[in-house]
Amino acid sequence: MIHSLFLVNASGDIFLEKHWKSVVSRSVCDYFFEAQERATEPENVPPVIPTPHHYLINVLRHRIYFVAVIQSEVPPLFVIEFLHRVVDTFQDYFGVCTEAAIKDNVVVVYELLEEMLDNGFPLATESNILKELIKPPTILRTVVNTITGSTNVGEQLPTGQLSVVPWRRTGVKYTNNEAYFDVVEEIDAIIDKSGSTITAEIQGVIDACVKLTGMPDLTLSFMNPRLLDDVSFHPCVRFKRWEAERILSFIPPDGNFRLLSYHVSSQNLVAIPVYVKHNITFREGSSQGRFELTLGPKQTMGKAVESVLVTSQLPRGVLNTNLTPSQGTYTFDPVTKLLSWDVGKINPQKLPSLKGSMCLQAGASKPDENPTINIQFKIQQMAISGLKVNRLDMYGEKYKPFKGIKYMTKAGKFQVRT
Amino acid sequence: MTDSKYFTTTKKGEIFELKAELNSDKKEKKKEAVKKVIASMTVGKDVSALFPDVVNCMQTDNLELKKLVYLYLMNYAKSQPDMAIMAVNTFVKDCEDPNPLIRALAVRTMGCIRVDKITEYLCEPLRKCLKDEDPYVRKTAAVCVAKLHDINAQLVEDQGFLDTLKDLISDSNPMVVANAVAALSEIAESHPNSNLLDLNPQTINKLLTALNECTEWGQIFILDCLANYTPRDDRESQSICERVTPRLSHANSAVVLSAVKVLMKFMEMLPKDLDYYGTLLKKLAPPLVTLLSAEPELQYVALRNINLIVQKRPEILKHEMKVFFVKYNDPIYVKLEKLDIMIRLASQANIAQVLAELKEYATEVDVDFVRKAVRAIGRCAIKVEQSAERCVSTLLDLIQTKVNYVVQEAIVVIKDIFRKYPNKYESVIATLCENLDSLDEPEARAAMIWIVGEYAERIDNADELLESFLEGFHDESTQVQLQLLTAIVKLFLKKPTETQELVQQVLSLATQDSDNPDLRDRGYIYWRLLSTDPVAAKEVVLAEKPLISEETDLIEPTLLEELICHIGTLASVYHKPPSAFVEGSRGVQHKRLPARAGSGESTDSPDVSQSVGGATEAAPTVIPSQGDLLGDLLNLDLAPPAAGPTVPPSMQLGAMDLLGGGLDSLLGGDIGGSPAMGAGLGSTPAVMPTSLGAPPVVGGGLGDLFDLGGSVGMPAGAYVPPKSVWLPAMKAKGLEISGTFARRSGVIQMELSLTNKAMSVMTDFAIQFNRNSFGLAPAGPLQVLTPLSPNQTIEVSLPLSTSGPVMKMEPLNNLQE
Repeated sequence: MIHSLFLVNASGDIFLEKHWKSVVSRSVCDYFFEAQERATEPENVPPVIPTPHHYLINVLRHRIYFVAVIQSEVPPLFVIEFLHRVVDTFQDYFGVCTEAAIKDNVVVVYELLEEMLDNGFPLATESNILKELIKPPTILRTVVNTITGSTNVGEQLPTGQLSVVPWRRTGVKYTNNEAYFDVVEEIDAIIDKSGSTITAEIQGVIDACVKLTGMPDLTLSFMNPRLLDDVSFHPCVRFKRWEAERILSFIPPDGNFRLLSYHVSSQNLVAIPVYVKHNITFREGSSQGRFELTLGPKQTMGKAVESVLVTSQLPRGVLNTNLTPSQGTYTFDPVTKLLSWDVGKINPQKLPSLKGSMCLQAGASKPDENPTINIQFKIQQMAISGLKVNRLDMYGEKYKPFKGIKYMTKAGKFQVRT
Repeated sequence: MTDSKYFTTTKKGEIFELKAELNSDKKEKKKEAVKKVIASMTVGKDVSALFPDVVNCMQTDNLELKKLVYLYLMNYAKSQPDMAIMAVNTFVKDCEDPNPLIRALAVRTMGCIRVDKITEYLCEPLRKCLKDEDPYVRKTAAVCVAKLHDINAQLVEDQGFLDTLKDLISDSNPMVVANAVAALSEIAESHPNSNLLDLNPQTINKLLTALNECTEWGQIFILDCLANYTPRDDRESQSICERVTPRLSHANSAVVLSAVKVLMKFMEMLPKDLDYYGTLLKKLAPPLVTLLSAEPELQYVALRNINLIVQKRPEILKHEMKVFFVKYNDPIYVKLEKLDIMIRLASQANIAQVLAELKEYATEVDVDFVRKAVRAIGRCAIKVEQSAERCVSTLLDLIQTKVNYVVQEAIVVIKDIFRKYPNKYESVIATLCENLDSLDEPEARAAMIWIVGEYAERIDNADELLESFLEGFHDESTQVQLQLLTAIVKLFLKKPTETQELVQQVLSLATQDSDNPDLRDRGYIYWRLLSTDPVAAKEVVLAEKPLISEETDLIEPTLLEELICHIGTLASVYHKPPSAFVEGSRGVQHKRLPARAGSGESTDSPDVSQSVGGATEAAPTVIPSQGDLLGDLLNLDLAPPAAGPTVPPSMQLGAMDLLGGGLDSLLGGDIGGSPAMGAGLGSTPAVMPTSLGAPPVVGGGLGDLFDLGGSVGMPAGAYVPPKSVWLPAMKAKGLEISGTFARRSGVIQMELSLTNKAMSVMTDFAIQFNRNSFGLAPAGPLQVLTPLSPNQTIEVSLPLSTSGPVMKMEPLNNLQE
């Protein structure tokens, strides 16, 4: 199982180590540093690194490498999942997961790691349970603690861990009972030169914020559940009921959680909400290149496309650009060659465009590669797959909760080739 | 008020200050001091000197302080074993605490103190905790048994904790069951032969029940444990599959992959015509695709496993090609894996799409990725015949870009395409020749030279081209030198009049001025062939070459089967059997897929995976001695096949050892007049690694080889080399075997003389052939009817067929002449 954990920052310093079995010398990280040196980009470090006596499995999040050391045959996914869970927990506890935040809360971090893993076996990873065991630091609590001399550590047994619903703590009480669901869809697509779709798929999630008293039992039904043929559920969802009736029935955890994630594959028809007209050309022997880009909405069911951001990695040969945006602002970093155009909202009457010229290195041959254009956007009040919630019901408790459902579509990895 | 203040105390006398604070009367000050100590500990500072002072703080009602002290103890008890004893009493007392949280905490911490003296005191509290009324304590205690086992295995067995642990598998609480399984699995790993996890239908049922209710991590343990079970029949197999499939919709990707493993394994037992089989296949695709939308590290592991799954059951993902298309900001390790899977899924139906993608990738920035993309185009051409033409034209387009590394890769793959479709695309040679000067990598140079040599008759200035390479002969890498030598010999055989000088030059360079034995030997062989019998030389050197196939990059089927049983593990990431790299390799068991019900062949056909495993274990014992090396080199293709009588244990002589010795070399001799010999010759260096396990060859290899020249000229089958001793009696406990191969009336025969040089009678002979590159297998059983009494010799003739399983080996990837 998981032997040790090292946290390594961007400059290659180990700033925290934790051992669950015998102590492994931190020199084992030298193998990691070697791999890091070989990788051209920070994110290119291979996730699994073999060393003579151990295996190092690492994830990179918030510019911190979480390096786990294992000695025997352990499923790597198990380790990676666990490491991501550690990061999520830190983020949950401290708001951000940075080196500074971890150092500021080192004792809590240490206690958390101790609670999450015992002898390398995961112990408590549900945030609801952890919060009962170790209270997250808040300004108010620190003040109170200093005055009263009490501590962050919960006194009682984490009862939830033993019940049939281990994800929910008991004795929850709220004055305002509310349940909010966000349906968020990210669209991943690759569009080719001519504007036709090579691949497009949707990664959707339903995130919930449920603050309900007692032990509510919820059911959520959809207008078009057929869309959901590839789903992953939070453990609280009753799978049998879904199989039989296509209804989500569950006792929710308290607070924020991801109820379900789903995937609408490239085999279904996926609507593409924006189109790009581009003309990026370099001529042989000329030190100028042309750059023209126009964006427009399509298949948005009348909803506005907002927060549009266009980025593109221009070829190394480009020295500078001289472009004029019809709206928004654009920047070009001559060192990293990254062009970034903050468009804002697309107005269908007056399509945003970015036009001008690029300066190339004089005398150099024309660049071989064509830049790929990356687009980010948001569309409120719409799930691009067409998924719609039909109704939400609550059983098991008497009160009447506030209910709310919000839809949003975002660009995930949305790439246009030129 | 943050903890970062604890990091700032770097001044002198820090330890001294802390010591004072730890002994303070004020509770609050004490706690702050312990926090400071812990903070120093986390960043690797040595604060072990404070041990007694910290332990003094242990007797407290404050839960946080207690936890902090426990944290400290776990870290430093090892370095202060005597002091650690001081803490024992508090632990024992805490194990009796009315609060189950404290009981669990105490037993958990005690297990983490890796000090022998403490473990003795741990036994009693642990026994109590294993039977505790509170499941939280029980599940913590279960893990504690594994910890204790790690420190002192004997103690755990003596105290009977293993049995208690086994009982916990039937516990009413699913969490306890999961932890018991996890603990047992870990213990079993260090005792591969113990029957700790004795799975029977009852326990399986309990595990399946617990599976639905325990935490995600527990599910992983249980699923991995289930994967080790072999169901009795297809009905049981199906019912387990049915109960495992819901796990495919779990949010935790490790759960999903472990479930995939169980299903992939048990599916093997289901009859293919069953409706459920089809349903299951359909259910497997979506979760695998979903894994690809997770974080890149998860994607990587998932892709490595999908690579295996696609090779085993391509039908699962055959419609999902598009999800493997590369996004330009994927990390490089994800890109390369996706590319590999794209090629495996390429078929006539989707080849147009794939080629368009690959061409796109070939213009990206990342050099490694571009290279692999270009190679991929070549592999597509070899895999999908209908696309070959389009692939070649795509490659030509890429060559026109003149990007140096693209051109070189393209030439390497075009060479492979020539080897798959000879005499089809030679029109492109002119274009290739234009780029001769830009090639600076050995592989590309070697490929180009091979092309020039192979098609020398169609290239007008072939001699000039090769001559230009010859100028810097000694600066070239071995690969290029060997290729140049072969190419010039080919050229000479095709155009003898103009190139005599050239061939002499290269032969003298290779034989006289080179220190490389491979090169020298090859040079001598050519030289003698050319000088003794040019006709034979032509037949050998210009012999028709076997076509390459895309299978060369597939994982060997038996290894694939084993890896499928290890989906989701490190083995599946590295595509190596666990025995190859797990630390200490404590006798890892070889897992294999269960046989399909009703196939009936599982019992009497030779156990393939076993024999492969056996071969790897036996191999290191037979290292060819220096003198035999030459023989080995020349017999290369013939060497790995090993045939040996497997004698049933009824024989008194410890018969199994018979195989250990020289028997592996049975095929060391030569198959008279086999045309494949020519092909085998050229690949000398490449085979070396595989022939490591191959044995000293008895008959002088060189002699054999030169016999070949003669035998080619003769009518096939007429020449039979004399029998040579394959297995001396010394090595085989008294059984001496000599033999040869002959071809009689069109049938390959293995003629054996078995001599009993031992003192007792030998009976029950049997023979088994390992997989070999010719697919040689016995056509009938070994007929030795009478018992072999001491000093008796018996002549046996065993008809062989070439219908056996063929061992695919490295050389197919390499250039041959």
